[in-house]
Amino acid sequence: MTMTEKKVHVQSVINGEPTDFLCEPRQSLLEVLRDVIGLTGTKEGCGDGNCGACTVNMDGRIVTSCLVLGVEAEGASIETIEGVADGSNLHPLQVSFLENAALQCGICTPGFIMSSKALLEQNPDPTEHEIRFWLANNLCRCTGYDKIIRAVQDAAEKMRQA
Amino acid sequence: MTTADYERNQVLSTKEFKVVGTRPIRHDGADKVTGRAIYGADFDAAGLLHGKILRSPHAHAKIVSIDTSKAESLAGVKAVVTYKDFPQVSNSKVDLGEAVTELKWLRDNILASDKALYAGHAIAAVAASNPHVAEEAIKLINVKYEILDPVMTTQEAMSENASILHESLETEELGKNTGVVSNVAKHFQHVKGDIEKGFKEADIILEREYNTKTVHQGYIEPHNGTAIWSPDGRLHIWCSTQGPFVVRESMAKLLDMPMSKIRVTPTEIGGGFGGKIPVYVEPVAALLSKKTGTPVKIVMTRKETFEGSGPTPGSHVKIKIGAKNDGTITAAHAWMAMEAGAYPGSPVGAAAQTVFSTYDIDNALIDGYDVVVNKPKTAAYRAPGAPNAAFGTEQALNELAEKLGMDPIDLRLKNVATEGTRRPDGPVFGKIGAKEVLEAMRDHAHYNAPKQEGHGRGIAIGFWFNVGLDSACNISVNKDGTINLTEGSTDIGGSRTSIAMHAAEVLGIPVEDVNPTVVDTDMIGHTGPTAGSRTTFSTGWAAYEAAQEVKSKCIERAASIWDVDKDFLQMEDGIISSKSDPELKMSFKELANQMSSTGGGISGAAAVNPSGVGGSFCGNIVDLSVDSDTGKVSIERFTVVQDVGKAIHPSYVEGQMQGGSVQGIGWALNEEYFMGDHGSMNNTSLLDYRMPTTLDLPLIDTVIVEVANPGHPFGVRGVGEANIVPPTPAIANAVYDATNKRIQELPLSPGAVLSAE
Amino acid sequence: MQILTDGNKKIQIEGSNIRQVIENLNDQYPGMKDRLVDGDRIKLEISVAIDGEISTLGMIDKVSENSEIHFLPAIAGG
Repeated sequence: MTMTEKKVHVQSVINGEPTDFLCEPRQSLLEVLRDVIGLTGTKEGCGDGNCGACTVNMDGRIVTSCLVLGVEAEGASIETIEGVADGSNLHPLQVSFLENAALQCGICTPGFIMSSKALLEQNPDPTEHEIRFWLANNLCRCTGYDKIIRAVQDAAEKMRQA
Repeated sequence: MTTADYERNQVLSTKEFKVVGTRPIRHDGADKVTGRAIYGADFDAAGLLHGKILRSPHAHAKIVSIDTSKAESLAGVKAVVTYKDFPQVSNSKVDLGEAVTELKWLRDNILASDKALYAGHAIAAVAASNPHVAEEAIKLINVKYEILDPVMTTQEAMSENASILHESLETEELGKNTGVVSNVAKHFQHVKGDIEKGFKEADIILEREYNTKTVHQGYIEPHNGTAIWSPDGRLHIWCSTQGPFVVRESMAKLLDMPMSKIRVTPTEIGGGFGGKIPVYVEPVAALLSKKTGTPVKIVMTRKETFEGSGPTPGSHVKIKIGAKNDGTITAAHAWMAMEAGAYPGSPVGAAAQTVFSTYDIDNALIDGYDVVVNKPKTAAYRAPGAPNAAFGTEQALNELAEKLGMDPIDLRLKNVATEGTRRPDGPVFGKIGAKEVLEAMRDHAHYNAPKQEGHGRGIAIGFWFNVGLDSACNISVNKDGTINLTEGSTDIGGSRTSIAMHAAEVLGIPVEDVNPTVVDTDMIGHTGPTAGSRTTFSTGWAAYEAAQEVKSKCIERAASIWDVDKDFLQMEDGIISSKSDPELKMSFKELANQMSSTGGGISGAAAVNPSGVGGSFCGNIVDLSVDSDTGKVSIERFTVVQDVGKAIHPSYVEGQMQGGSVQGIGWALNEEYFMGDHGSMNNTSLLDYRMPTTLDLPLIDTVIVEVANPGHPFGVRGVGEANIVPPTPAIANAVYDATNKRIQELPLSPGAVLSAE
Repeated sequence: MQILTDGNKKIQIEGSNIRQVIENLNDQYPGMKDRLVDGDRIKLEISVAIDGEISTLGMIDKVSENSEIHFLPAIAGG
């Protein structure tokens, strides 16, 4: 009895690069990104969509990649944390998280940056409540969220001024 | 941005420095915001196999037999291990860096031998070429169990005819082995003064009982570890750990091999809070790697993290306090039973060292019981034991204040411990800031703001003693006047930068010119775990001493370059100069540039075990509202006030205060292990183990109080832990203020609030 | 010097370092040494506090005429 499934050939775009990969039908997009493609910046915290550490942007929508199958990436455009900076230039959100000390252990940070980037693309001037509502699926256990909220507000202001 | 008519984050600084007290960008920051930083699960190696652990579904059962044959023959499976693969050595004590356990218990907790003692207890493990194959393989391991009755609370475990976990566990009663087999591992007492006399002197006596549930540290990153067993007998582990030296020593004992053959590289860590001090998956990965000859990685799922690691105890606490009408506390008695989980070693000892320690009480009695139950073996969780105790004491004191018609802060100020106060467990306090914290709370805009309609307000204060332990640090000067600094403290929250700031302050150079790296156990001297609120204090001391050595060598080098007596020279702000001749001046950079041609490289090293640890007090003011239809508690405003001695990097100190507060809020309002009828956890997902989200909280305002600790060159007191102690009673006190309901059980979840009298 | 034990008895014991104190304590209270010592070191699970500060030198730590010594469970934190 063999437990290994025949792999599927998937074609997608990841961080702007056309990317082909092979994956088993049972592998999640999270597993594909980390173990097949080698982009380990997206993290697993729970495996069932409840912590947001695995958040990526798929065709303009943020998703918890642990609940997306690798095969669903066929024809999709996916952005991960590795694609956020512009070459060596950090995105204003990344700068803001550092300046506002909005990370302690940093494991939730990629997920928060993916989620807040999507928020600011949709709503460049969110209220504190709107930020909290949008980020409620990203769990952080270290910071108590205070400095994360401030970092998002700070980045939003700088991005509006740019 | 967020505006308020007061300062949301205050630093009541008592001493200014050049680098210490500033807020530089952390050195590991760029890697962490770009996803480049390597955490344990990210680690890869050629030929990597994936391990998976089979766990007991039963809370209490004899293991009759384990048949691994079907798993072994599954295509893709390379090895299977059970407890039999451990070298069979005689029992001994294992130093876990901050606690001690018996080797046989540690070994059994990693892979069970004769009994499964909790649902989730590890029984066997496989290594396979594919993690999904490994998952299928463990289902093929056939374990025969003889199911026994579990005990799930201290009350159940301590009752007559309770099901016994360990036939070899005999109760130690006040230091003496009674020879009686029970689930009570230990009963100890602390006695101060005369408790009977104290209660006789009281005008009013309050006696209350409190219960708390099992709660998990909730780090977002599950446990992980990769083991590479080399044919030359050397073992290299990469893992998410708070204590690489703890891992090395635990593995040396478990695998009966010399420490020097084990190298532990701490990968970046996604939270620990105490739960990542013990080893869980690392020894299993090592045994599998030894069998296969290839690297093996094991990563826990979230369910395994809840069931197979070390939550903090549920507890049963009784508090009795007597006071005079003027508020003077005359006597206090704490009776505390804490769940140790499957093996002895709950933090009831630490609870005893904190329960009344904020107060100067002449007559006190503390009874502590360490009780085993059929739940995962408990591990440390941020000031372990203290929140359970404070939930009782700080509520009882507020009740007392109300009955006496006193403001709750005033009642505490009347009895507050100061320098020279003897704690009920014996030691006498050195310089502490309990009074200053209470005063800062009393004077804060929050405490003096009128309460909003429908809101309740509560306060509480907590204490953690903090520890020292040993740390090492090496500094080498680079030719361009920057320095490399290596140390062995896992960086969970920006500590490598705070440690670098110590060196920068001593040498008078910018912190950006310090290059700090957290290194592995082969590359640095013995260093205690990143825990116990010790890292900035102890590893900071090591960096300070190493930098002082560099500084004196620089002065000696300059003296030889200028051919003068080194006693005529000084080094300030990165400049070496003569005290008498203004012509003689050289920057640290200039000295470094010519190092190699004036005598060679310059370096400094230190291995320290500093005494002079300073304890920390932390207070909360919380406003909340309670929905009368649903019982839901909403936190409206939260202020945390903590004495940290000196905030090296105030942003990360604020972060610790805010983070601990929010863990306390979760503990108060929602978090608990829902145990099902058969003794297993029903809510093993982050949906139902409900930790606070962004939507549950307001901004957390902070006040950093600085009563300098004379035992540290900059005055540091550990900050990490004391802040988780006051939230649960502060919130219970606020709920009482809002609803007139006194709730003595955690959590104050909507159902509990609704059904309370 | 004085030792405060679990039973809150203050005991006067002679000795210029912890090792001597424990030996002398054991003479007065036979069995105490076994509770405190493993081989030639303080048991891992016990901390010694001298005048309120946790000792970092174990058996060889010096004590003076009026020192106060406490034996406490060694716990640290999370």
